[in-house]
Amino acid sequence: MTDRGTDQYRQVFRLYPYAKLPDQQSALPVRHPVVVVGAGPVGLAVALDLSRQGVPVLLLDEAEGPGIGSRALCFAKRTLEICDRLGAAEAMVAKGVEWNLGKVFHDDRLLYEFNLLPESGHAFPAFINLQQPWFEKFLHDAIRAAQADGAPIRIRGRNRVEAVTPAGDHVSVEISTPDGPYHVEADWLIACDGARSPVRHMLGLGFEGRVFEDNFLIADVRMKGDFPTERWFWFEPHFKSGDSALLHRQPDDIWRIDFQLGWNIDRDKELEPANIRARVDAMLGPDVEYELDWCSIYTFQCRRMEKFRHDRVIFAGDSAHQLSPFGARGANSGIQDADNLCWKLKLVLEGVAPDTLLDSYEAERIQAADENILHSTRSTDFITPKSPVSRLFRNAVLDLAEQLPFARGMVNSGRLSTPCIHDGSALNGPDHSAMPRRSRPGSPCPDAPVEAGWLLRQLGPGFTLMTIDAEAPETLSAHGLTVARLALTARGNEALRERYLGKAASAVYLIRPDRHIAARWKSFDESAIGAALARAIARE
Amino acid sequence: MLNTDPNLPDPDEAYARLIAAHDGLSEAESHAMNARLVLILMNHIGDRTVLDEALRLAREGAGS
Ligand SMILES: Cc1cc2nc3c(=O)[nH]c(=O)nc-3n(C[C@H](O)[C@H](O)[C@H](O)COP(=O)(O)OP(=O)(O)OC[C@H]3O[C@@H](n4cnc5c(N)ncnc54)[C@H](O)[C@@H]3O)c2cc1C
Repeated sequence: MTDRGTDQYRQVFRLYPYAKLPDQQSALPVRHPVVVVGAGPVGLAVALDLSRQGVPVLLLDEAEGPGIGSRALCFAKRTLEICDRLGAAEAMVAKGVEWNLGKVFHDDRLLYEFNLLPESGHAFPAFINLQQPWFEKFLHDAIRAAQADGAPIRIRGRNRVEAVTPAGDHVSVEISTPDGPYHVEADWLIACDGARSPVRHMLGLGFEGRVFEDNFLIADVRMKGDFPTERWFWFEPHFKSGDSALLHRQPDDIWRIDFQLGWNIDRDKELEPANIRARVDAMLGPDVEYELDWCSIYTFQCRRMEKFRHDRVIFAGDSAHQLSPFGARGANSGIQDADNLCWKLKLVLEGVAPDTLLDSYEAERIQAADENILHSTRSTDFITPKSPVSRLFRNAVLDLAEQLPFARGMVNSGRLSTPCIHDGSALNGPDHSAMPRRSRPGSPCPDAPVEAGWLLRQLGPGFTLMTIDAEAPETLSAHGLTVARLALTARGNEALRERYLGKAASAVYLIRPDRHIAARWKSFDESAIGAALARAIARE
Repeated sequence: MLNTDPNLPDPDEAYARLIAAHDGLSEAESHAMNARLVLILMNHIGDRTVLDEALRLAREGAGS
């Protein structure tokens, strides 16, 4: 991704101003269990998650807060559920915008409208629109709150990582600051340094994949009058802005407009305010009053690293995988990387799990990255057909969609980011065939209303044994772990029955700290659960 | 299972109706109509293995 027009040192929020620290003078490099490079959404989430679990973290960023410029906007339910576990979701939902009505246009025709009608019985909406700097600010607020509660986390702004050298049992890190360079050592280094990942370059690692290059003009406009909170998507818009255009709402009366401009464009000309206004006028119609708030041109690519773990250096977020914009998957998948990684790293640092547990991070998140890249690629191929016959069928789908619901299911203007189900993961234990597919081993736990509130909020920070109308001891200790029981009943709770019991009369679920399901049975069996627990921490 | 046994009660008539449905269309319009027809029939069939077999058979007809 290239971002023209952003002054990289200007910030929306100055969250972690530079301060000189004793480390910088120390003759011998200070050793840290975990150093996280990059305080974007993913680095913030990794640092917050680890430190809330008691793991000391040093978080480094070359800036002092989120940079100016439009980036992520749509944050999906799973992301909000993870942020809720981290103590940051309520502020996000309060500030964010929800929409339910979408309109799809082809050329100048409204093809159809749809209402999202998300499934009820979840604490969080299907997604919210929230500007990325706010998302980062709320994670940072949660870090400050965790620090006040004693969480061992340090953030250092204007600390740029210049060199990373693997050294057997640790990684040596060279950092530059306004007061000159210094060194630290890390048992583990988590590279969350974005799509251009300097750490990836320092280690000479590749970033392979299918290149999808197109230019997107992103305009954030401030509407002066009322304008509906709807998502409008155009295929081949009549206002001649390439293959697609998208309009949707952000907080603070700002609307995000994406124009897909195509390949051969004159960037400087496209960025002239008069030219941007001409496009926006054509899209919104002549009578809509607005101000341009921010505009930029981006190009995107779809690719990932071959491996996410390189011994003691682990890549997460955009540094590991980069996605096209359709479907809003970049930050959403990066937050899931953090969710997947942190509990594993904690158990490895504590010596409870072998370090091969981290290989499952790589396996599971590569599975997710490939799924995301597949979805992104399919959306891209639908929106920008690659051959005449592909365009013929795409337009046939659009023509039929005006009348026929089946064709609307084929219209792909970006699929909502949903979490990956880790079918086939080495960490998965036994399944039970009478129970619903959506909660099979490898799945993220679907939320549901329960007596005490929302199900996901009842799950503790470690492994949980969730029993539904089944007997079990209150706690279980095995393999150095203590598993807490959550006892529920499906009597009078249709959502819980439908999401977890299916045709079974009772159920016992072993749930991982990242709230993915490890295994499930009809009733409690201590040795079976012990074996599944061993498997879930790679001790089998 | 894809049914490749004769299944149309009056094949001559069915064929004539297919051709007649394209009457008066330009070549581009005919291609577009065929594409819509394929999608409509695909949805009617629904079954993935049947569709895969049909796609394979049709592709073999293209000689590759
Ligand atoms: C226009 C646009 C729209 C998007 N829309 C969406 C969306 O709707 N939903 C979605 O989920 N995603 C979206 N994305 C993608 C999303 O912005 C990224 O996936 C997300 O920012 C990745 O987070 P990250 O933490 O991995 O990396 P980044 O956000 O890139 O953060 C990397 C951090 O590392 C720091 N850094 C880099 N090098 C060094 C160094 N040497 N030393 C110290 N620090 C360093 C940087 O200062 C930065 O803070 C969009 C992206 C764009 C451009």
